[in-house]
Amino acid sequence: MESISLLLLLTLFVVAVFLGVELITKVPPTLHTPLMSGSNAISGISLVGALLAAGSGAGWWVNLLGFIAVVLATINVVGGYLVTNRMLAMFKRK
Amino acid sequence: MSTTIIYLAYLIAASLFILGIKGMTKPRTAVRGNQLSALGMFIAVVVTLFDKNILSYEWIIAGILVGSVIGGIMAVKIQVTAMPQMVALLNGFGGGASLFIALANFIDPESATHTVALVSIAATVLIGGVTLSGSFIAFGKLQELISGNPIRVPGNKVINAVLLVAALVLGGMLVAEPYNLTNVYILVAVALALGIFLVVPIGGADMPVVIALLNSYSGIAAATTGFITGNTVLIVSGSLVGASGIILTQIMCKAMNRSLFNVLFGVMAEGGETVDADEVYAGKVKSSSPEEVAMLLETAERVVIVPGYGLAMAQAQHAVRDLASILEGRGTDVKYAIHPVAGRMPGHMNVLLAEAEVPYEQLVEMDEINPQFEQTDVAIVIGANDVTNPMAREDKGSPIYGMPILNVDKARTVVVVKRSLSPGFAGLPNPLFAMDNSLMLFGDGKKAIVELTQNLKEAD
Repeated sequence: MESISLLLLLTLFVVAVFLGVELITKVPPTLHTPLMSGSNAISGISLVGALLAAGSGAGWWVNLLGFIAVVLATINVVGGYLVTNRMLAMFKRK
Repeated sequence: MSTTIIYLAYLIAASLFILGIKGMTKPRTAVRGNQLSALGMFIAVVVTLFDKNILSYEWIIAGILVGSVIGGIMAVKIQVTAMPQMVALLNGFGGGASLFIALANFIDPESATHTVALVSIAATVLIGGVTLSGSFIAFGKLQELISGNPIRVPGNKVINAVLLVAALVLGGMLVAEPYNLTNVYILVAVALALGIFLVVPIGGADMPVVIALLNSYSGIAAATTGFITGNTVLIVSGSLVGASGIILTQIMCKAMNRSLFNVLFGVMAEGGETVDADEVYAGKVKSSSPEEVAMLLETAERVVIVPGYGLAMAQAQHAVRDLASILEGRGTDVKYAIHPVAGRMPGHMNVLLAEAEVPYEQLVEMDEINPQFEQTDVAIVIGANDVTNPMAREDKGSPIYGMPILNVDKARTVVVVKRSLSPGFAGLPNPLFAMDNSLMLFGDGKKAIVELTQNLKEAD
């Protein structure tokens, strides 16, 4: 990887951390549990990396490891969004 | 699909995640926020499926099907009282997914070519492994498969330090010899062991900190995964989640007046002289009955309910809500006082009460409710102990001195619903139980509240 692209990725990382800190401090304590399950769902974005490994032509072992990663990340995405939605619906109704 | 289009779609997905978290800052916009975030995920996944590097779809389809079924069942079946366990599992799966992606990339000779990728793989294996095993131990403790008490391992700090150093050395060797698979397997084993040894000594009441910290790790692992292949959406989303977990960790530590180090290594502050429970309670504890408490509530104008982990254990949230409805019907003002570390994860009590349809406006945070206790006629403590212990405020020699507490002892009458006089997590007697204005209502939380409600109904 060229050093300039590494620097760009690092910049992205640091800026995203600062943005995250600014945003999260504004979330009220009453929503902290849905925030955690919702962020679990977001960290399921590793599904993107898992798909690339599970579908690559790099051989059976790579595909198998990718498959396990797809299963775990999909549980996070599906389970995370659904359970967050279920909890938030409880907060919404009066 | 060209790389440019894929990365533009990733940019849209990342923006939707940010808007989604922004929606979480208000209960009214939170549902929409979560939907935006899910839309971002959908876009990111769909464009990835068109990536030209994906040659076959059998494994992908199988994996998505299996994962969707498991995730869907978990989300629908899980009881709200068990939400901490659910989040612990999701943290673990997140870390595990990153771990397996890193391994797949390491084995693929085309992928692990340059130093940045190799360093990122080593970091992901370490963080992902710690998150995976640590989260399963946390799950085991919350589900009471293993003891929720702190388990003291002799030389735990030394073991952790040795494991961490070993992991760093192995990481270095992995980068130096990318074709040697043995190093990566040992690194996986060391990371898993480190996760276990980190969480095993931590007790139940410190779980909010652990869950928040593991949440952060699962995000950081996703971000380091992004550095392996230079995937921007992974880096942005992973760092958002990492930041979120760290902030929650800080909030939890502050609410317990303990440093992260002390929580992680199971250190309680040095207690001066041990306080004898019999001495604190002797002859001063007044046991009450549902009839007597109902009479008190009949004339009360302001009532504050203080829930703790015991409320979740007894599944008493609906019973409490019924009691509050009856009181409100009689014109009594009812509020709930929420301590930040009540329960087993950040926001645990709020979700529990939301399930019982308690409007969130009635849930009042500690700093706001504390000045109001002096005007409160009856404070009802259900399943909370250490967070109401006045020693934290008054006894400088106490191990919990300095921890912010709910000042329930300032209320005119305090009713404590509890099974026995057994101490809370800190292992200390609670002088609150022996105060002149305190009444103990011994018994199962749910049963006691139901009986109380019945007596109150009969009074009308």
